[in-house]
Amino acid sequence: MNETPKVHPAGETCLVVDFGNSISLEINGQVQALRSFLESKNIQGIMEIMPTYRSLAVYFDPVRSDLDRIKSAISEGLSSLGESASIGTKEAVIPVCYGGDHGPDLPSVAKHHGITENEVVARHSGKSCYCYMLGFTPGFSYLGGMDESIATPRLETPRELIPAGSVGIAGKQTGIYPIDSPGGWQLIGRTPLTMYDPSKDPATLLDAGLWVRFRPIDQDEYDEIQAKVKQGSYVLEIVEKGEIS
Amino acid sequence: MRLEVKSPGMLTTVQDLGRWGHQAIGMPVAGAMDPMALKRGNLMVKNPQNAAALEITVMGPSLTVHGSGLIALTGADLGMAINGVPSEPWRTYSVQDEDTVSFSGMKGQGCRGYLCVSGGIDVPSLMGSRSTYIRGKIGGYMGRALTKGDILTCGEPYILWDRCAGFSCPDDLRPNYAPSLPLNAVLGPQDDCFTEEGIQTFLSGEYTVSPAADRMGYRMDGPKIDHLDGADIVSDGICLGAVQVPGHGQPIVMMADRQTTGGYTKIAVITGKSVARLAQRLPGESVRFQSMSQDQAVQEARSEAQEIERLRLAVEGWIASPREIVQDEATPDSGRLALSVEGQRYDVTWERL
Repeated sequence: MNETPKVHPAGETCLVVDFGNSISLEINGQVQALRSFLESKNIQGIMEIMPTYRSLAVYFDPVRSDLDRIKSAISEGLSSLGESASIGTKEAVIPVCYGGDHGPDLPSVAKHHGITENEVVARHSGKSCYCYMLGFTPGFSYLGGMDESIATPRLETPRELIPAGSVGIAGKQTGIYPIDSPGGWQLIGRTPLTMYDPSKDPATLLDAGLWVRFRPIDQDEYDEIQAKVKQGSYVLEIVEKGEIS
Repeated sequence: MRLEVKSPGMLTTVQDLGRWGHQAIGMPVAGAMDPMALKRGNLMVKNPQNAAALEITVMGPSLTVHGSGLIALTGADLGMAINGVPSEPWRTYSVQDEDTVSFSGMKGQGCRGYLCVSGGIDVPSLMGSRSTYIRGKIGGYMGRALTKGDILTCGEPYILWDRCAGFSCPDDLRPNYAPSLPLNAVLGPQDDCFTEEGIQTFLSGEYTVSPAADRMGYRMDGPKIDHLDGADIVSDGICLGAVQVPGHGQPIVMMADRQTTGGYTKIAVITGKSVARLAQRLPGESVRFQSMSQDQAVQEARSEAQEIERLRLAVEGWIASPREIVQDEATPDSGRLALSVEGQRYDVTWERL
């Protein structure tokens, strides 16, 4: 670890544990480990715990909780992490139908890099990405670790409507649009999975700390999975990272 | 009881205390901008503190009542009238079928009123809350502000609801919205990203609420706050009342509809009571920030909770107290009262002279 984590006040309802101002698997691994530790402790008055790239915000009810108790639980958690904290190994497999109407920017991304569309798909699906955090819009996942050889700048003119499930590239980042929204990412494909459904608990398919791998599918399988999703019978495939499904 | 919207007002939304517990998936909390007013109004109509009410901004709606129940306006005095007769804020009224509730505009301090109704506004609960999050088009009444023709259904009222009518919130239990009060700010989480002078500027300068002030955040104009080494950080959580300072050096206080995460340095976080008071300020009004420790801020929250408890007991006392036996009209010329003075009960008949 590069820095000693610091605990900062954030008003009367929050403590922020800051692990360092950078994006790295080591730092995020510490964030996730402390989150699990505190969640397992079930401390009275803690309302919610929110992980980001580099920090953990611990929200509490100032009337029902004891600030010193929460602070000492955080210290206990930090000392128990030591060097042993490591990032998770669970990997969610997201089926994606690349190109065509689902990924209108696949040809231009391929052209930008002087490679074939198939090669873009192979590189995008060939390397696991890590979900650092969710934010921006409900369920939007900040994924890091995409093969940088297909990093592509955002569109000059953002689209007004991007359908939910669209998979895009923006610079070195890749991501999945959880809801229909405007946006400027280069769209290369679409997943039939519902990434965000507020009527479900949890409302999002992904969670911070999960690995994500994209699995190329064809239109027939897309339709098949979409039908299962609609029936509510589709189960997200979660494997150990590196395992071949 | 149901409320029919004849005209919606400037920005009228259904809000409770917010959609807590889902910030980790990027879901903003939303909820009442002035929770102090919402909690009190709910107690005054014998609802749980967290029941949904109408948050009314500056210009209120015009509503027709179907059925009967209680209403109370808390927060800002927006000139409420029942059947055209001016009514007081912070007082519980009984309304009947076909009554109209309208608002003539701001009187005195504040710009947000909370119309609390017996039983609460019964829109579907989504992820544990009935609050409207307009940008996300979710919660509240179809995920949006009210429009003409909407019909709001109220929940099941307290069984003795009509005994709450006439209750008035004691003056000392009403929030103090005086513009001269500073906003209490706990320094951090990124106060170490600012120069000493920058922090002094923030705590001593006079800031003006800019026209860019909405449910998401209040941008302030005033003396520029200096950073040590840039304003951008790797995205971090944003809590209610966080004071973000982007590169331009002007503070932005993050309010109910704030995004869950952001990449600007936060010099301080203002307390919950200060957020509620700020929510009542209008563009052009000035504010000052004053430093407070986190422990003091916790104490402030606890004394607020005690005030809420005192109000709850006052309402209980009102419900239990003897009162008029006959009340046929809204303003009767005569009536009978049962009074209890030092243990002795009296029947009093009275007549308007």
